[in-house]
Amino acid sequence: MPLLSFTHRPQNELEKEGRMAAPIQEDAGEPEKTCPNCRKPIPLSRLWANHNTCPCGYHFRMTARQRIHFITDKDSFFELFCGIKAADPLNFPGYTQKMETVCAASGEVEAVVCGIAAIGGYDCCIFVMESYFMMGSMGTAVGEKITSLFEFAQQNRLPVIGYTVSGGARMQEGILSLMQMAKTSGAVKRHSDAGLLYIPVLTDPTTGGVTASFAMEGDIILAEPRATIGFAGARIVEQTTRKPLPRGFQTAEFLLEHGFVDAIVPRHTQKSVLTKLLKMHHPMRGTA
Amino acid sequence: MNKTAYDKVKIARGNDRPTGLDFIRGIFTDFLELHGDRRYSDDAAIVAGVAFLNSLPVTVIAIEKGRSAKERTLRSFGSPNPEGYRKALRLMKQAEKFKRPIICFVDTSGAYCGIEAEAHGQGQAIAENLMTMMTLNVPIISILIGEGGSGGALALAVADRVYMLENAVYSVISPEGCANILWKDPSKAAQAAACLKLTAQDALYYGIIEDILSETNLGESTFYQRIKEKLLHELDVLNMDPKLLDNRYKRFRKFGMQNDPKEKDPAEKDTIQGSVE
Repeated sequence: MPLLSFTHRPQNELEKEGRMAAPIQEDAGEPEKTCPNCRKPIPLSRLWANHNTCPCGYHFRMTARQRIHFITDKDSFFELFCGIKAADPLNFPGYTQKMETVCAASGEVEAVVCGIAAIGGYDCCIFVMESYFMMGSMGTAVGEKITSLFEFAQQNRLPVIGYTVSGGARMQEGILSLMQMAKTSGAVKRHSDAGLLYIPVLTDPTTGGVTASFAMEGDIILAEPRATIGFAGARIVEQTTRKPLPRGFQTAEFLLEHGFVDAIVPRHTQKSVLTKLLKMHHPMRGTA
Repeated sequence: MNKTAYDKVKIARGNDRPTGLDFIRGIFTDFLELHGDRRYSDDAAIVAGVAFLNSLPVTVIAIEKGRSAKERTLRSFGSPNPEGYRKALRLMKQAEKFKRPIICFVDTSGAYCGIEAEAHGQGQAIAENLMTMMTLNVPIISILIGEGGSGGALALAVADRVYMLENAVYSVISPEGCANILWKDPSKAAQAAACLKLTAQDALYYGIIEDILSETNLGESTFYQRIKEKLLHELDVLNMDPKLLDNRYKRFRKFGMQNDPKEKDPAEKDTIQGSVE
């Protein structure tokens, strides 16, 4: 399975560190991050050049803008619906203040970035959820942006690529958050019924209301290696069932084994895989 | 005395409330339960089948919590597994084929939370229901009779008309769960319940439901007769609707920032403008 060979295996003695895109000059005093998997320090510039993955194969989290930068063609991304942001419909205690802090810290106004872009020369609509914004939780604004994107894609007959990261529905918008699951599902369904392609890419973590709506409604569902994907949180499952969780429970590999994702695609091959898929589903594809 | 939101949560969870099967017995005739998802198993938390509503054949789907301790365990306390949602979907598609309206009774604290449920794709099962129900070309009416817990409840409530019983609740998270996340203290559930706006009156205010069903004579024949008449009347209206699916899509499409009821309220708007001047 070529898609699964994500570890950078050295081919010969000269490539002990694994295959890298290009040798990178490292300063002695450069900040480093320690990989939680192999426990080795990795300089930030090198991490960045390697799509935020460690040579051991561990995928660090990325911001939505970083992802857009690495997955879309240079200068092709045009942001849509960026003016939509959450109100406080329930007057939920502390929500407005929390939003202000989160906006300032993340530099985003909502937990998803939507737009049109080209990937490998193929036009598509793309949404990328932001884990640094209230853990990508879905409130009315996120639901509205994703729904609007699917409607836009349907009108313009474009495929949709969607990177999901989410802790679930946003509690602070109560029942209105829950309704976003139905609303986005309706838009996905209409887009799908129009014969158009939708590929969600599930990244760490994709849980709750997002898993139970548009994350699982793709034609082809891809996932990043080792990403946590599930409906109920693992801790809650453990508390409720009082049973030890199986090894690798709710990982992308677990879902692949049980038949709920089509393929696990490591980050450095995502662009080429998406390009191929967009090419295969392009209306101007070749004839036999 | 006015009941607080948490009082209503307790009433909605009450053991003596009529359950899904009581509603089926009270409202329909000739109910025949149909079992199994045709993929793996049969989930006892969802009771579904065909029945007559007066002379009209309908498909009925209800989440059933059970009465006795033994029955409750068997029905996993009304928390459906993915197989339950797949059974519901199978029978809803069957209803579409035979042009039968679908009536759902929702009463769950949430979809079942377990290792098997996750391995069998709880999220995927709910997602598929949400997506498919949006374009099922027959009228769908959902009634929340007790607890409406999150995605597990919504998976049977993507409908043309959604009603709630007077003391039913509908929420994205349990008040205990919310209190635990917000204040790390599940005992503050009463406060959380008030913040979540989960009562039927709140749901009506936010336009989540069309109407509240009175609980006068709850569980008695007059109570079921009232619901039956309401269903017959609404099905008449929906059966005549040439834009059924468009209207269903719009019903859910509108839940966003555009319909923030605070902005619609003219009295409040005036005061805001007044203060600016």
